[in-house]
Amino acid sequence: MDRTTTEWNFSLNVRASVLAVVLLVLGLGIWEGLNHVPLLTGGAGELSEYEQLMAGANETAKVPPPSEVLVRAWEELSNPFYDAGPNDKGIGIQLGYSLYRVLTGYLLAAAIAIPLGFLIGMSPLMYKALNPYIQVLRPISPLAWMPLALFIIQDSEASAIFVIFICSIWPMLLNTAFGVAGVREDWVNVARTHELSSLKTAFKVILPAAAPTILTGMRISIGIAWLVIVAAEMLVGGTGIGYYVWNEWNNLDLTSVIFSILMIGVVGMLLDMSLAYVTRFVTYAE
Amino acid sequence: MSHAFVEVQQAAKRFPGATKTAPPLTVFENVSFQLQKGEFVCIIGHSGCGKSTIMNALAGLDQFSDGSMVMEGKEINGPGLERGVVFQNYSLLPWLTTLENVRFGVRARWKNWSEREVTEHSMKYLELVGLKEVVDRKPSQLSGGMRQRVSIARAFATKPKLLLLDEPFGALDALTRGVIQDELVKIWTQDQQTVFMITHDVDEAILLADRIFLMTNGPEARIAEAVEIDLPRPRNRAEIIKHPHFYTIRNYLVDFLVNRSGDLRVQENEPQGMRYPPSINPVNLDAAVDAPTHPPEATPAAGHEEKLVKFTPKEIRHG
Repeated sequence: MDRTTTEWNFSLNVRASVLAVVLLVLGLGIWEGLNHVPLLTGGAGELSEYEQLMAGANETAKVPPPSEVLVRAWEELSNPFYDAGPNDKGIGIQLGYSLYRVLTGYLLAAAIAIPLGFLIGMSPLMYKALNPYIQVLRPISPLAWMPLALFIIQDSEASAIFVIFICSIWPMLLNTAFGVAGVREDWVNVARTHELSSLKTAFKVILPAAAPTILTGMRISIGIAWLVIVAAEMLVGGTGIGYYVWNEWNNLDLTSVIFSILMIGVVGMLLDMSLAYVTRFVTYAE
Repeated sequence: MSHAFVEVQQAAKRFPGATKTAPPLTVFENVSFQLQKGEFVCIIGHSGCGKSTIMNALAGLDQFSDGSMVMEGKEINGPGLERGVVFQNYSLLPWLTTLENVRFGVRARWKNWSEREVTEHSMKYLELVGLKEVVDRKPSQLSGGMRQRVSIARAFATKPKLLLLDEPFGALDALTRGVIQDELVKIWTQDQQTVFMITHDVDEAILLADRIFLMTNGPEARIAEAVEIDLPRPRNRAEIIKHPHFYTIRNYLVDFLVNRSGDLRVQENEPQGMRYPPSINPVNLDAAVDAPTHPPEATPAAGHEEKLVKFTPKEIRHG
């Protein structure tokens, strides 16, 4: 990244930004233009709520235009933590619930996947013994576990966390095993010729050597967990951003639906960026 | 003198054949040698003769199929801190800085030292190899020569009784190699460790070694001769080539590698039982004995080139 300061790259960045803004304006403009609710003409009087939703006199329904979404975003974001009953909580509270579930399930998964991945990566026996189970369990859609989780755990909140746990464990497990198994023999030999104990070898040589691969697995996992929480919360209901989206759909409030979709994207991006940031500290060049 | 410092007896390495019925492949057999304390021994031979296996076995990273290794009366069984290794590919830990890499070794060697002692000791050895200025850089930010210096500093800093160097300069250009060879001589002179080194470079071997083991070609290789290098120390690259014995020794070695290393295996049918390689001093062999391409000893003035058997280290590797 040393070369970003050269003039050529600087101008590339500027050009990219300009293009991005142009695309945004163009996209929003088309969206706005195609979906604007036509102004009422004549003395038809007030439209019923149904007619308003159906975009007035127009036969086809219109998606709320970006201007409306922006207004809603401003409203919601200026007071994100209000709580006016079970069906009316601020976007911050809903995102908070989702983040809490995602992080709980994710950290539980990491606490199991990373040590287990170490074991599998270091022991060909464990790898061969466990691999069939991993291969069968891994492709199962996390939501398929939901009924079983609800039955066994008997708690919707915990079931959602379990679903996050089960979906985020696999990338971390496999990447850790892969990273540990792929540690260069030379580095392990350095540990051996220095008489390091197994534990010290694991922490001083294998862990730092495999850390970038492990972090990649963690980054994939957090992405999947954030994808899955929305669906899980739509099922379990009550709180969370997934519930919020579905609830606003039931309220026929498409503006809020669009706004919350955008928020899901932004939070997902922030989660990914934070792990990318951590990855920078463990990455090494050979 | 009852026991040598290191004693390898009747070592052999065999690999199972490709099929169940195929005979096992014998890389080398009946390899016996001794290393005296404080001695610098180089081992030369074509690729595939099992040099690296012998070295890795001494390091404890590999095992012989047969034979025993004893160091100071104790069987070598697995790796240990009393034996330091410098690998050809440096084997530095890329996530650690130069200083941290050396500290890694020092810390492992002296577990009860304070942080400051570990750092000071590490710095001392980094200074010896001229890397004082780059201690905070990662290996990826160093040139190949610098990396190998770090590796040498790490190995010497732990003060192993036996230092094993596996072609440490193989990947370096000739100029860098020369500089680091001088540094190696400097540290070795200071610490007087026993060194066992693989090399493909005849000049390097003459510059550094007290004795040079010559291996015949594999498979079924063995150490044919132990050539004594009695050139006066301290040696340095510029002076050594002026010594009247230099080309005698050099030509003897090159002749072995080019002409004799392949035939010896076929010609000689090894008698059973332990046998150390015969000690040879090319200078005493004299012109009367079968010196095949030996030039008569001459003043080392003009015309070195013609007298040299044409040879580069590369030929060995691809030979």
